[in-house]
Amino acid sequence: MSDITKQSLSELVENIKSKKLSSSEVTKAFVERSEKSKELNAYITEDYANALNKAKKFDEKPNLDLKLPGIPMAVKDLFCTRDLRTTAGSKILNNFVPTYESTVTQNIWNEGAILMGKLNCDEFAMGSSNETSFFGNVQNPIDKNLVPGGSSGGSSSAVAAQLTPITIGTDTGGSIRQPASFTGTVGLKPTYGSCSRYGIVAFASSLDQAGPMAQNVKDCALLQEVISTYDEKDSTSIDFKRNEYSKELTKDIKGKKIGIPKEYRVDGMPKEIEDLWKKGIEYAKDCGAEIIDISLPHTNYALPTYYIVAPAEASSNLARYDGVKYGFRAEGENLIDMYEKTRSEGFGAEVQRRIMIGTYVLSSGYYDAYYLKAQKVRKLIKNDFDDAYKKVDAILTPSTPSSAFKIGEKTNDPVSMYLNDIFTVPVNLAGLPGISIPAGHDAKGYPLGLQIIGKAFDEQNILNIAYAMEEKINFKNNINDWWIK
Amino acid sequence: MSKNKSEYLINRHDNQYEVVIGLEVHAQVTSESKLFSTSATKFGAEPNTQVSLVDAAFPGMLPVINEYCVKQAIKTGIGLKAKINKRSVFDRKNYFYADLPQGYQISQFKDPIVGEGKVILDMPDGQKEVGIERLHLEQDAGKSIHDLDPKNTFVDLNRSGVALMEIVSKPDLRSPDEVNAYIKKLRSIMRYLGTCDGNMQEGSLRADVNVSVRKKGSKEFGTRCEIKNVNSIKFMQMAIEYEANRQVDLIEDGQTIDQETRLFDTKKNETRSMRSKEDAHDYRYFPDPDLLPLEVSDDFIENLKSEIPELPDEKKKRFIEKFKLSPYEANILVSDIETSNYFENVIKKSDVKLATNWIIGELFAALNEKNLEITESPISAGNLSKLINLIKDGTISGKIAKTVFEQMMEGDKDPQKIVEEKGLKQESDPKALEALIDKVIDDNRDKATEYKSGKVKLFGFFVGQVMKVSGGKANPQLVNEILKKKL
Repeated sequence: MSDITKQSLSELVENIKSKKLSSSEVTKAFVERSEKSKELNAYITEDYANALNKAKKFDEKPNLDLKLPGIPMAVKDLFCTRDLRTTAGSKILNNFVPTYESTVTQNIWNEGAILMGKLNCDEFAMGSSNETSFFGNVQNPIDKNLVPGGSSGGSSSAVAAQLTPITIGTDTGGSIRQPASFTGTVGLKPTYGSCSRYGIVAFASSLDQAGPMAQNVKDCALLQEVISTYDEKDSTSIDFKRNEYSKELTKDIKGKKIGIPKEYRVDGMPKEIEDLWKKGIEYAKDCGAEIIDISLPHTNYALPTYYIVAPAEASSNLARYDGVKYGFRAEGENLIDMYEKTRSEGFGAEVQRRIMIGTYVLSSGYYDAYYLKAQKVRKLIKNDFDDAYKKVDAILTPSTPSSAFKIGEKTNDPVSMYLNDIFTVPVNLAGLPGISIPAGHDAKGYPLGLQIIGKAFDEQNILNIAYAMEEKINFKNNINDWWIK
Repeated sequence: MSKNKSEYLINRHDNQYEVVIGLEVHAQVTSESKLFSTSATKFGAEPNTQVSLVDAAFPGMLPVINEYCVKQAIKTGIGLKAKINKRSVFDRKNYFYADLPQGYQISQFKDPIVGEGKVILDMPDGQKEVGIERLHLEQDAGKSIHDLDPKNTFVDLNRSGVALMEIVSKPDLRSPDEVNAYIKKLRSIMRYLGTCDGNMQEGSLRADVNVSVRKKGSKEFGTRCEIKNVNSIKFMQMAIEYEANRQVDLIEDGQTIDQETRLFDTKKNETRSMRSKEDAHDYRYFPDPDLLPLEVSDDFIENLKSEIPELPDEKKKRFIEKFKLSPYEANILVSDIETSNYFENVIKKSDVKLATNWIIGELFAALNEKNLEITESPISAGNLSKLINLIKDGTISGKIAKTVFEQMMEGDKDPQKIVEEKGLKQESDPKALEALIDKVIDDNRDKATEYKSGKVKLFGFFVGQVMKVSGGKANPQLVNEILKKKL
């Protein structure tokens, strides 16, 4: 079959289970396509030889009862993978090889999937364009000059370009949903506590969540079903009843109440985003949903709140990268000198910026004015959602305030970069699940996404709504493989 | 005003200064594993052999609270008659150091697990109550070793992540003696509870000492200095003495005291400035987002209360009331759990008064001489009990008992057997004694005549002779009686 890489995850699983395809055939196809796609710079570390070996082994004794039987997969390089370098996109972890496996990736391998390599991302997941990676920026398969979004930019690029049938990212303020939106793919940020954070390089502990990124909603549901488990090794993991999301997936969303928050009509929002949103509302109505206007009054404060909470936690989480135990070390005259040189040379500018912001907002004398106030506002933002969910089952918004921007366009303007997350950060602050689905194109032909936000632990509901709308939208990505010579 | 005998004051010129002391005791929680990881906590292990990925702060590693350590902290809180906080929060205390792998210590800042409590001290002039401000759980750091290499510092992470209880007293202590009594009492309570072994040599118990001085009668506190990480009671006392005098000298000299952190140099017996208030670290405390607030239910606390053994204060009261011990005797016997257990085992089958005297007297002296703990005593409680019964029933005299005791110290032998083997049994047969006494009187006719003519002091001579001839085995009481009749 020449079109293996064009198949969705569900099709591949079906074909392997029915023995129409072997794991080796599938793995080889994705490895070959990945090798031809180096220009995208989606990978930081390739592990193709091992992947092919594992596929061969799988085929020798295939366990076809598994959910991801012999499916090759590359993952964001924020997940620690045993014996395979894990960098978090940073020079400071350039040489770091974990002796352990993250719970989320372990869950994936337990279901039969095979690791192909580690995907590029913004350094420590801090960025919205994948341009802060020590390993260079990633190109968007939609257009050579476009960023793939971030921080899971390698992941979105790889899925859109079909270098991997499916992948996982992490989302602290929009890092799954925004790149999904920029590349015409589907990305789910689960409820905080749904997927274990064990073994994921931490950015901001109270916001980080791993989630699936896929070409369609069904694949996304299947991967979510695999990665979401209760884990005693993560104290913030929540023990709730998890659905078999892919099995219980339905397009019947008749009577579902979907809220439209007026505060998401931000100043200066391009008309095409406004139009996309209107179209989304029509699609939802076509699916039988009831549209209700709602208010999330503290939305305006979400971005500043996020840019206090996330850097504060990051400044502390990243203190462990000090050159003492592992990773990059610069030589110094003494301990302090070694720290300063290691961290100045090991961290990039954006990471250093956020460490400084975080250190500042936690300093005595500023703590109350910034961090404590941000925590209070965070509670108000969560309350907004709680109030809204008394009236509605889900909320529909655009995923991003614009389509993908050009590489280099915003690198010197951090605030404009941060504004990209304006629709996604409130969801992280409130710990809710949110999914971005491709819903149309702008005038330049670049994909645009819609975000469906759910109640906590209600992934099934937003997956169902996304599944129903996906059919109505019938989105097609315009990717012409320009990078394959 | 009544004169307080133990009052500790520093006199300079015409001024009298009172010393105000508060302690922050760091007590290592007795636990097989660390506060947030499953690594072992055994003392003296090879460097870096008890370190998990969590303790070494590898990327993506997360802390998971050890429930046993939480129970230990709550038990200690109960032992300190303190308020147990059903909700407490773990915070991060951020600072860089080579032996702090995370770059922060997980501690409890605003909401500790245990609130206010108290400790009662038995001072020579009566009881004194010392307030406990709080008790919180925190991680220990690793150890930096600077003297193994001329250029490099080595780091041992075995201690990294070990659970500590920081017990903060109110500034209620007023003298080095009270500090001594406070530490000993605290240690005693924790050893009764099994929550901290109190071993200061191994670093299981150490303290930061806050010292200030003020003119006697003043209500205001003076500016305090904190002496960091002192690891023996003796050093604490020396440090306080030095520091209090240093502060008094400054005041007398018209100078002010800077609030600062100081170190105690045990070799020079002085405290030295470590860092001033201005240079104090900004630890940027904030709630650890990797851990949810720690919540415990009433049932959880009640269950722990039911596991609390009789503590020294209650035990002392019982010993005084039930066994009619003096407060002095009771204090000594309850001071640590092993001693009180030993005592209670001895008196199960023997006389309380004799047992008390023998334990506090002979046994303690003998153990002291051999530098042994009560748990290492060569004489088991059962055998001491037998020895006491041999005295009580007249089988051996007190004097013979001392000989038997000495032999028992050489190895835990049954005193009955020693008495039989060595023929040390007391001679209490009146007929046998009479024969003996007759012979002694016969051999000393001249002295007997002197006695009869009024030289009554010679009675002692005859007793001595009888005892000598009997090899010390004659029952002294009977000897007295028979001698009186015969002479």
